[in-house]
Amino acid sequence: MGLMDKHAIIEKNATLLLVGSLLVVTVGGIVEIAPLFYLDNTIEKVEGMRPYSPLELVGRNIYMREGCFLCHSQMIRPFRDEVERYGHYSLAAESMYDHPFQWGSKRTGPDLARVGDRYSNAWHVAHLTDPRSVVPESIMPSYGFLKDTPIDVKDFSTHLIANRRVAVPYTDDMIAHANADLAAQADPNADTSGLEARYPKAKIGDFDGNPQQVTEMDALLAYLQMLGTLVDFKNYDEAAGYR
Amino acid sequence: MKFGTEIVLLSVFAFAALVAAGFGVDEPFRRHMWVLFFAVAGFTAILLRNTEFKPAAPIDPSAHMDGPIRYGAIATVFWGVVGMLVGVVIALQLAYPDLNIQPWFNFGRLRPLHTSGVVFAFGGNALLCTSLYVVQRTCRARLFGGDLAWFVFWGYQLFIVMAATGYLLGITEGREYAEPEWYVDVWLTIVWVAYLILFLGTILKRKEPHIYVANWFYLSFIVTIAMLHVVNNLSMPVSFLGSKSYSAFSGVQDALTQWWYGHNAVGFFLTAGFLGMMYYFVPKQANRPVYSYRLSIVHFWAIIFLYIWAGPHHLHYTALPDWAQTLGMAFSIMLWMPSWGGMINGLMTLSGAWDKLRTDPIIRMMVMAVAFYGMSTFEGPIMAIRAVNSLSHYTDWTIGHVHSGALGWVGMISFGAIYYMVPKLWNRHRLYSLRLVTWHFWLATLGIVVYASVMWVSGIMQGLMWREYDQQGFLVYSFAETVAAMHPYYVMRAIGGAMYLSGALIMAWNITMTILGHQREEEPMPSPVAIRPARSGAR
Repeated sequence: MGLMDKHAIIEKNATLLLVGSLLVVTVGGIVEIAPLFYLDNTIEKVEGMRPYSPLELVGRNIYMREGCFLCHSQMIRPFRDEVERYGHYSLAAESMYDHPFQWGSKRTGPDLARVGDRYSNAWHVAHLTDPRSVVPESIMPSYGFLKDTPIDVKDFSTHLIANRRVAVPYTDDMIAHANADLAAQADPNADTSGLEARYPKAKIGDFDGNPQQVTEMDALLAYLQMLGTLVDFKNYDEAAGYR
Repeated sequence: MKFGTEIVLLSVFAFAALVAAGFGVDEPFRRHMWVLFFAVAGFTAILLRNTEFKPAAPIDPSAHMDGPIRYGAIATVFWGVVGMLVGVVIALQLAYPDLNIQPWFNFGRLRPLHTSGVVFAFGGNALLCTSLYVVQRTCRARLFGGDLAWFVFWGYQLFIVMAATGYLLGITEGREYAEPEWYVDVWLTIVWVAYLILFLGTILKRKEPHIYVANWFYLSFIVTIAMLHVVNNLSMPVSFLGSKSYSAFSGVQDALTQWWYGHNAVGFFLTAGFLGMMYYFVPKQANRPVYSYRLSIVHFWAIIFLYIWAGPHHLHYTALPDWAQTLGMAFSIMLWMPSWGGMINGLMTLSGAWDKLRTDPIIRMMVMAVAFYGMSTFEGPIMAIRAVNSLSHYTDWTIGHVHSGALGWVGMISFGAIYYMVPKLWNRHRLYSLRLVTWHFWLATLGIVVYASVMWVSGIMQGLMWREYDQQGFLVYSFAETVAAMHPYYVMRAIGGAMYLSGALIMAWNITMTILGHQREEEPMPSPVAIRPARSGAR
């Protein structure tokens, strides 16, 4: 076996072994990942997608912090039972502003990709505070402390700037109004015309039943209630995505 | 002065942590920096108490450097017990949700503590100490770089402590097995590069002409993990004094980068590294040469080339483009071949020594590890087939599959290596007790069997319930009903896990007593001679 004998060259040269194995392991990643960044058909163009409002983004960070993604997926597969249970299958564009993605890998609880507008705010507060009071079979932990925790943010515009640096299209206007928008979205008495123009379809109001302060519960509900509501599937042309 | 430079540098490090604790922009970051301050300051105090104002004794450059390996063996056992204990706790939380204690001990914060605890703390320390043990003995060289090995060991423990406390404080990047935030990632990168230099440097100064096959696997594991870690954790911090960062990639690209990382954390951390372990400790314990040299060459290059492609099978039927899913599926099936090639090479190493299965519980453990490796690398490609995956994905079947690999392969081969190394590292004639190894073996094996079969039943059952239609064309089960149906299986799974944990506790006792220099008086294991000599006296 001539070829096998030649392997001795690699076995006697650590640098060759290092470089050789590094080259061999890079191939797969380059072929599979790199094209996703420049093939146009990776993410279809869809009406309605916009960056998260500041309060939604705070809520999304709480969703990650509490590890919700470990039990709840946000990725509906194109199967009859999933589409009937959860709604239209998920589109790539629907997570285009998600840094990081939260598709999840396990459904200990149901998929949440389209949970927005399905339940009332009061139901969510009751469910998050004491899950088994509304769903007796639930095995979800309690998150009542969110109601008592005011959101801990000094200057949220820094978060929008960090997102803009990774290519989320936050405008100067959005960044300038970040802190005001954050407070206004959970305040039923605030003037929210600017907020609604910047973030169409954002859910506005006091979410947690406590108008005195903006809590983490407000933020999490602002996020949950918008999940899957941005794209209007009445106007979505499925065939346009076929290639 | 002994430890002079170390004490000065650590004091500066502790002071920097204190400053960050004072000026951090978010509460979790400030708390995390307090943890860092107390960890580093405490370590500095220990060094200060052990310093001496006389020149250090000269080191024999031909002797092995086994100090960090001894510490690593202890750390492996310790973190193993901790990580498995957290596993049993979260298994019980799924069966009895009232065991969740908000906010710090909710399932969502404990689960990464379990996964990182067993993968990176237990598995990582096992890899660290066995790789340094193997490289010195197969290269006939002392570890490169003086105290570099100590830096790698303690630096890695600091990474574990920061990652673990971060999860409980709610500091996470929100991607499985890559949860630590940007500053902990930066620290791990520094430690990992030091590890690469340490390992490669030792190979470069070897006195053997050939690099032994175990070292190929260890080296490719170290360099590939460096690549995966750096690329997957690219992120934009909000502030250099804050815990939060936003991933550089989004949506589809982020998903594939993450599972390219995630699957190869399995492929390189939990497979290639542990195959290095197999290629050294199985031949050593069996006292037989590796079955086939050619097979090991083919095995090595095939497995590192093919593994890296398999990531997309975690994203079947998602918004990831079909071509990428198909590539992931095809390569996952191809991966079956080198996986079984490796298994055959490990098992057949026992040719001519199969009788040791009866007499040597350590060999039994290693053989069971390789058998579970074969089982889970058979199950994996099947689950990567799209049609199967449509049922198995999102269910407990995946959890069961991971555990048959992690408990069966990674756990068992590590236990075998620890049982082999510890008496040699501490110059003991033998382990405290071989009978206890047998107990450990059976508790662990039965625990895995219970765990994996229960998860097959619950996973497949839940998958079928989700898609079941009645004759009128309506879904039969609400989601909540499928959750309720899981309860008995979650209880049984916790029992399987507890059996495995109790085996690990027996190992911890056995190893502790061995290190302390005790030998249990017990009936010896059956001797290799087929006929047992008659014993005198009545029982």
